[in-house]
Amino acid sequence: MKNFGYTIQNDRQIDYDKNDTKLYDFVAESEKSIRTCIFCGTCSATCTASKFTDLSLRRIILYLKRGLNESLKKEIESCMLCGKCNLACPRGVNTRNVILNIKRGIEHYEL
Amino acid sequence: MAKKNVIVIGGGIAGMESASYLSAMGFNVTLLEKSNELGGHLLNWERLFPTMRYGKQVIDFLAKGIDFEQINKVLNVEIKSIEKKNTQFCVELSNGKTFFGDSILITTGYDLFDAHRKEEYGYGIYNNVITSADLEKIFMSGNPITTTDGKTPKRIGIVHCVGSRDEKVGHVYCSKVCCVTGVKQAIEIKEKMPETEVFNFYMDMRMYGMHFEALYKKAQEKYGIQFIRGRLSEAAENIDGTIVLKVEDTLAGRPLKMNVDILVLLVGFVPSKGSKEVGKLMGLNIGINGFYKTKDQHTLTNVSNIDGVFFAGSCTGPKTITNTITDARAAASSVASYLLGFDLHKRDIENHEEFWLYDSK
Repeated sequence: MKNFGYTIQNDRQIDYDKNDTKLYDFVAESEKSIRTCIFCGTCSATCTASKFTDLSLRRIILYLKRGLNESLKKEIESCMLCGKCNLACPRGVNTRNVILNIKRGIEHYEL
Repeated sequence: MAKKNVIVIGGGIAGMESASYLSAMGFNVTLLEKSNELGGHLLNWERLFPTMRYGKQVIDFLAKGIDFEQINKVLNVEIKSIEKKNTQFCVELSNGKTFFGDSILITTGYDLFDAHRKEEYGYGIYNNVITSADLEKIFMSGNPITTTDGKTPKRIGIVHCVGSRDEKVGHVYCSKVCCVTGVKQAIEIKEKMPETEVFNFYMDMRMYGMHFEALYKKAQEKYGIQFIRGRLSEAAENIDGTIVLKVEDTLAGRPLKMNVDILVLLVGFVPSKGSKEVGKLMGLNIGINGFYKTKDQHTLTNVSNIDGVFFAGSCTGPKTITNTITDARAAASSVASYLLGFDLHKRDIENHEEFWLYDSK
């Protein structure tokens, strides 16, 4: 068949009806404070790793809530667990424990 | 019937307006103030959002009510003790005088958050970090805004929510006025120095009041003020005295670094020292955020836990000037109703405690 150069684009929408929040739920179960995040970005601003890598805890928490788990795995490896974000968070989210639990969850669900 | 006496504690705008109304309604009013002037915090604020009216005009307006109505104004006093015997209150002052009242109206206001406590923003450490109150002082003085070494700033950063919405300093509530104050001050800076860039760093822009949104839009449209959604994690000083900010531009999803010549911290409301002292002396209930606890959140907003004692203004929580003046009149009518023997303030309403709101479970 002749190739006219047309392709089908992938759907970019976050399909909230197919939102798989199992990883978020797993984390929220053991670290409830994650629910209080208001995405102000203080954690990512203070983050030592974020300057050089793609790590942004704010974005990670948002992606978790939206069930966009694919990109997390690599991103989270940049975290050195220094805990600076823990000191800065205005909502008192235990950010360090959030990250530890995301790692546990990734293992648990073999993501 | 002899005229009843009301003692109003605190000569800020709430105290002034409620005293005027109570006096006009036929009560003997004594207005107590710890400083040497009436007007409270408004004395230190040049212009008001959203219309840019001068604060002094509001004080002058309120003072007209006070001058006409023969209110006994007692300045430069602190309260030593307050006793209640039956329905009479006996207030002993630091100047040795004693006043008797049939009712007490508490208008002890707020204090500004001490920005030193947010050490990561460098107030009191770096010279070019100032608070919104310091900036008002500069506005009031009429002097140009300069860095500490006398240069005209090319860029100014304004930080929202300093000491508000922050568990780390123990103030989880929103101070209500800082967002729009940040917009107002940004505009004032641009009016004085059109060449200076102004950036506001915010978590949420809470433009809830009438015309606040219009002021916000004006700031963008006419003055080119820029708003970056991200809460500062820290500020540090460069060798030349400029300040480098660390923040995440959350909408771009990347960390952002910016040098500014002056950093302005929008400090929020905290319960005043005076409120704490008077609260202790009288045994008044204090709410979970440290402000006075009113008998009900929705309905009995001027009523305290002691019969005959009422509240007005920001001693019960952050309020705008407009809110405070309205609240002062409401409190005056609550006091008047009480003194005339009505028991409107005793109407029953099912108790809704605020504590569950702060429970993490």
